[in-house]
Amino acid sequence: MDQTTQFSTAFQDPDLCRQLLRTLQSIQTSPLTFMEVCGTHTVAIFRSGLHSLLPDTIEHLSGPGCPVCVTHDSEVAAYLKLAERDNVIIATFGDLLRVPGPNGKTLKTAKAEGARVEIVYSPFDALTLAVDNPTETVVFLGIGFETTAPTVAATVKTAQARGISNLLVMSFHKLVPPALAALVADNKTSVDAFLLPGHVSTVIGLEPYRFLASEYGVPGVVTGFEPADILQALIYVARMRANGEADIVNAYTRAVASEGNPQAVAIMNEVFDHGPALWRGIGGIDGSGLIFSNDYAEFDALRALDLTIEETPPLKGCQCGDVLKGIIKPNQCRLFGTACTPAKPVGPCMVSTEGSCAAYYKYRLELS
Amino acid sequence: MAEKLLLDYGSGGKASHRLVTDLFVANLGNDILGQLDDAALIELNGKVAVSTDSFTVDPIFFPGGDIGSLAVHGTVNDVAMLGAQPLYLTCGFILEEGLDMDDLRRIVVSMGEAAQKAGVLVIAGDTKVVPRGAADKVFINTTGIGKIIAPIPPSGSRAQPGDVVIVSGYMGDHGLAVMGSREGLTFDASVQSDSAALNHMVLSLFEAGLDIHVLRDPTRGGLGTTLNEIATQSEVGIFLAEGDIPIRPAVAAGCSFLGLDPLYLANEGKVICIVAEKDAAKTLEILKGNSLGQDACIIGQVMSEQAGKVILTTSLGGKRMVNMLEGEQLPRIC
Repeated sequence: MDQTTQFSTAFQDPDLCRQLLRTLQSIQTSPLTFMEVCGTHTVAIFRSGLHSLLPDTIEHLSGPGCPVCVTHDSEVAAYLKLAERDNVIIATFGDLLRVPGPNGKTLKTAKAEGARVEIVYSPFDALTLAVDNPTETVVFLGIGFETTAPTVAATVKTAQARGISNLLVMSFHKLVPPALAALVADNKTSVDAFLLPGHVSTVIGLEPYRFLASEYGVPGVVTGFEPADILQALIYVARMRANGEADIVNAYTRAVASEGNPQAVAIMNEVFDHGPALWRGIGGIDGSGLIFSNDYAEFDALRALDLTIEETPPLKGCQCGDVLKGIIKPNQCRLFGTACTPAKPVGPCMVSTEGSCAAYYKYRLELS
Repeated sequence: MAEKLLLDYGSGGKASHRLVTDLFVANLGNDILGQLDDAALIELNGKVAVSTDSFTVDPIFFPGGDIGSLAVHGTVNDVAMLGAQPLYLTCGFILEEGLDMDDLRRIVVSMGEAAQKAGVLVIAGDTKVVPRGAADKVFINTTGIGKIIAPIPPSGSRAQPGDVVIVSGYMGDHGLAVMGSREGLTFDASVQSDSAALNHMVLSLFEAGLDIHVLRDPTRGGLGTTLNEIATQSEVGIFLAEGDIPIRPAVAAGCSFLGLDPLYLANEGKVICIVAEKDAAKTLEILKGNSLGQDACIIGQVMSEQAGKVILTTSLGGKRMVNMLEGEQLPRIC
């Protein structure tokens, strides 16, 4: 067993988790509703069976932290339309392939109809595609949060340095803290604490979340993705609630530095400016998106290909927005498990591997 | 310059004849195939198992195997899962113009070795060469014919409450090895395809007189999907213990990195065996006595409750569903 694996399995140790669960129960003085912002946390909670072990007095809601789920219908419609163009290769991470756009069309069906859609594992793979296909325009779908944006920025910088002109990026990147600000400002969402996303935090550190505690009195804990990580984070949260405190705590110190990764932030801020962004079900949030800065505008697919984001009505009956805001649980959506299933998803929350609806459908025994 | 496959080789003329005799018959031949008549003349008595499968794996060479041996193993295993001794194989090749002849030779040699090891004869075949772009290098279809040995052939519909679920070894090796190889990702050296013919190991279970209720090789869709099929066919609940499912640390780590679930990764050299509890120990002993089953273990039990579902008790003691996989697994964004 390699060291990394040993390290990871240590945080799944059943004895350790049982002990943490007991500690949590002894500290908890009042019912606790927390939101796990990140979709990977949602899946981890279900996949480990943790949700069935947490006391009934602890309730968890899924937040807007699945990058596929928050991609707006209009953005999906835009890249699906682009996929129909000749001499365009769409380069994308695999998650997006099954996200339905208007009329139920997906990148998968577009591919079957002749569109060139290539799954990549890194934005740099898109750069290689562009080099290998000099007569085509490769458009990388820039979906994701602060976790992925720096690598996209680095790819764009490399492309510029190498004079590669047939690589473009549709930047639909979104930033997590402005979304959390919009959520807490919206009285409809009521949570006692946030489990803050580990991956995003490796880049941005703790500072951007401070407002949650200082302005709204809601504590937050940055945490990892193993059961012991999550339980430890809940202990921090329960302790803060019991003591009437609110702070932003780093419980994922093995991966997250409190100051984040300044180099990654710098490269992201060099290539992108902050701008407005559309969030599925939430709507427009100022300063929550990454748009190309003037120095890198040549890589902006929207500008280079003269694309406009046309307003697309949300999918009929889909309550992904309410799920992402923690207003309802996935199984409370009127379409859950009937009109909307993994086989025939209406919204992306049922598609994405990090989607909360998909996690509910896939793992929750009591719903079957 | 490396010799390339030309459309001429599929013309039916001299070039085709040379390809068949110098490559296919030379490596896959036997007295029956050697007749080179329009059909093979074989004798079979009693109940017969037949299975066919097409192999389109990309890449055609991957850590631990290649499309040629896989085309033998896959069909031999499917026939064996019915409690049959696989005897004959037919194979059809769809070959893309421009294929490296050295690659084709490697594949056919590998098929020949795999067939010999499995104890099956290739008795009929076909080759078609299609224009470049009309196929991806090599597609192989194999059909297997075997003689039923089991007194009552195992079936996905025969799992009964109280039965024990056994797997013959580590899950997910093949799926991750192929995916890693396709995408140029390198994993720990232990992540190799498990591609192998299971017929000898499986038949030893029947020779020992064990009443094996279900035998399935969890290929595409992996353990999770296959167990769901069995649970539905047999109208039973299958209860698994996560900590008992053998998954190599390197496979678990690779899956964690890519956002994949090892329970849904393909296997090409593993068997799921569902037997009455009284026969479980003997089944394990026989599997473990074979090099392909040395890591065999019990992973769960069949119950009457939760019919049609597969339920997993996690290492933490929580419970969750293992649903059937919808479509293919796709790597995640973050």
